[in-house]
Amino acid sequence: MFKFLLKGILRDHHRSLFPIVIVVLGVSLTVLAHCWINGILGDMIDFNAKYSTGHVKIVTNGYEDNMDQMPVELALGNVDELLAKVRKDYPKMEWVERIRFGGLIDAPDNKGETRAQGPALGLAVDLLSPDTKEVERLNINKSIVRGKSPEKNGEILISDELADKLKVIPGQIVTLMTSTMYGSMAMQNYIVSGTIKFGVTAMDKGAMILDITDAKYVMDMQDEVSEILGYFSNGIYNNVSATTVQNRFNAAYKDSTGEFAPVMLKLRDQNELASMLDYISRMISIFISVFVLAMSIVLWNAGLLGGLRRYGEMGLRLAIGEFKGRVYRSLIYESVIVGFIGSAIGTIIGLGAAFYLQEVGLDFSDLMQNATVLWPGVFRAKITLPAYYIGFIPGLISTVIGTMLSGIGIYKRQTAQLFKELET
Amino acid sequence: MFFRKVIITIIVLFSNQVFAQDISANEILKKIDANLSADNQVISSKMVIHGKRGDRTVESKSWTEGTEKSFTEYLAPARDKGTKMLKLGDQLWMYSPGTDRTIQISGHMLRQSVMGSDLSYEDMMEDDKLHEVYDAVIAGRDTLENTVCWILELTATEKDLAYPKRKLWADQKRFIPLREELYAKSGTLLKRIDFKDVRSIDGRWYPTRMIFKDVLKEGQGTEFIVDDITFNQDIPAYIFSKASLKK
Repeated sequence: MFKFLLKGILRDHHRSLFPIVIVVLGVSLTVLAHCWINGILGDMIDFNAKYSTGHVKIVTNGYEDNMDQMPVELALGNVDELLAKVRKDYPKMEWVERIRFGGLIDAPDNKGETRAQGPALGLAVDLLSPDTKEVERLNINKSIVRGKSPEKNGEILISDELADKLKVIPGQIVTLMTSTMYGSMAMQNYIVSGTIKFGVTAMDKGAMILDITDAKYVMDMQDEVSEILGYFSNGIYNNVSATTVQNRFNAAYKDSTGEFAPVMLKLRDQNELASMLDYISRMISIFISVFVLAMSIVLWNAGLLGGLRRYGEMGLRLAIGEFKGRVYRSLIYESVIVGFIGSAIGTIIGLGAAFYLQEVGLDFSDLMQNATVLWPGVFRAKITLPAYYIGFIPGLISTVIGTMLSGIGIYKRQTAQLFKELET
Repeated sequence: MFFRKVIITIIVLFSNQVFAQDISANEILKKIDANLSADNQVISSKMVIHGKRGDRTVESKSWTEGTEKSFTEYLAPARDKGTKMLKLGDQLWMYSPGTDRTIQISGHMLRQSVMGSDLSYEDMMEDDKLHEVYDAVIAGRDTLENTVCWILELTATEKDLAYPKRKLWADQKRFIPLREELYAKSGTLLKRIDFKDVRSIDGRWYPTRMIFKDVLKEGQGTEFIVDDITFNQDIPAYIFSKASLKK
């Protein structure tokens, strides 16, 4: 039976070509879109977690309310004690100190006077401890364009774009102007050890990376930092686990009030990521539903056209005594084969295109110049396990549904009418 | 009927009497400028900044000549000691001894807070005489701390002023502002200044304590206290040079 149907499909191109082309197109687009959205979403979560939000983050109440402004005056206090506590209470997580701040980088001329200036987005992390994981987490060594990573205090990295703007090369001295935790003017000279490009437009415009001890010194912080970030040991964000940790921590500090009281936020609570992630998930569901519906309608029509073309064949088969149910089932078996072939080819094509976008990506950095969320400049696809079936299943189902709908006509044919048709 | 006419006549006569005594708003501004401005002045002051993490006091000494030149040296706290600022025309430089660098403050940096206070660099640079850059009208009268004031509404006559609109409560007797509200072009209130402890110094009235409040910023404001002020001194010319920043 299968062999017979397959031969029919392969020999009669009119019967199979159009439905297969439709299924291939639909399935490949679904697979590609799935991988593409997954890649962008994954990169976005990963970038945000590593550079900004952590999997969870501890800040003060006041800092949370004004987080976009990076208010160092609202930094966390008694950090050593707080760190010891969270490391004891949540030993499977890694906890790191961060300071984010705004400032101005000033490049001097040979008389020591201002030659060029540019705003900088400062990120202070543990660069110099022997056992630090921050260098690897932020992918610093691979992001260096010129020069090298800081090896001692007083050395900083600045974004390659900012270095070009200021006409600064590694080895030169620049001055950071910012304010201390108490609001005083703070100025400090640093040697630019290297320039970096993270591929995150929001950071590549004017990032400045320095060791946290340097930042604490210039900002007059002793036992304070603006943020403590927590990461799960496997490096993957898990919303359920993050919620558990968050609830436990915040319950322990529920009696602490005021703007300097600590509060824990999870990744989804920050940078409007929750609404963005939910929105994208809804879009994926809508996309796939619309695709299945649209393909079913197209294939239904294709089935009707095919049915009209094969009107005589069906009539003959019914006239010579073949049961309507058997004819109907054979059409469905045919559609399963067509759907399988189309879905398989579509999945292969979709995966191939997704693989290309995974390796090469598309550069949207020019469109991200004013982005405040940490979006990657190059959008890449990511092939995950569901990509192997996310297009295949709806491709198969829509073909079968289309055929089932168009095949209903078979049951409406009357035997008397069939003989009349055969006579003419 | 007759009684009503008498009352109206008295009111009209009284009103005329009051307006006859009035001077124009721009003349009030000139008198205020005469009190606040001088050919040059040397001020020793304290700035008490009521910040989120407690109060901080920054001490400084400033030399000012006309509206174009100003030099400030910070004396305390230890972390800020030796920091100097020089204003020449519309340019501002800052020197920090820790870095031995002279840095020009320009662009959006001018709107940043000075030492975490409620004053911006633009505020520090703004020495223009009010009557030269604003047109004033009397908007009403008020009483502040038992002192009768005119309320003046000032509109900038020049572009690029930090505050295109101001509202000023002027003491009717001493011709000194007792309160000022500074507005953006859109009409949004940006800052409020209360002038306190008005004293007679060298034949002029001068407020020796000013409370600045940046209304867009949280906090309790910044007090600017004049410890000592002298007018029309012989200030050496080198003070207003970039070389003096490093001395």
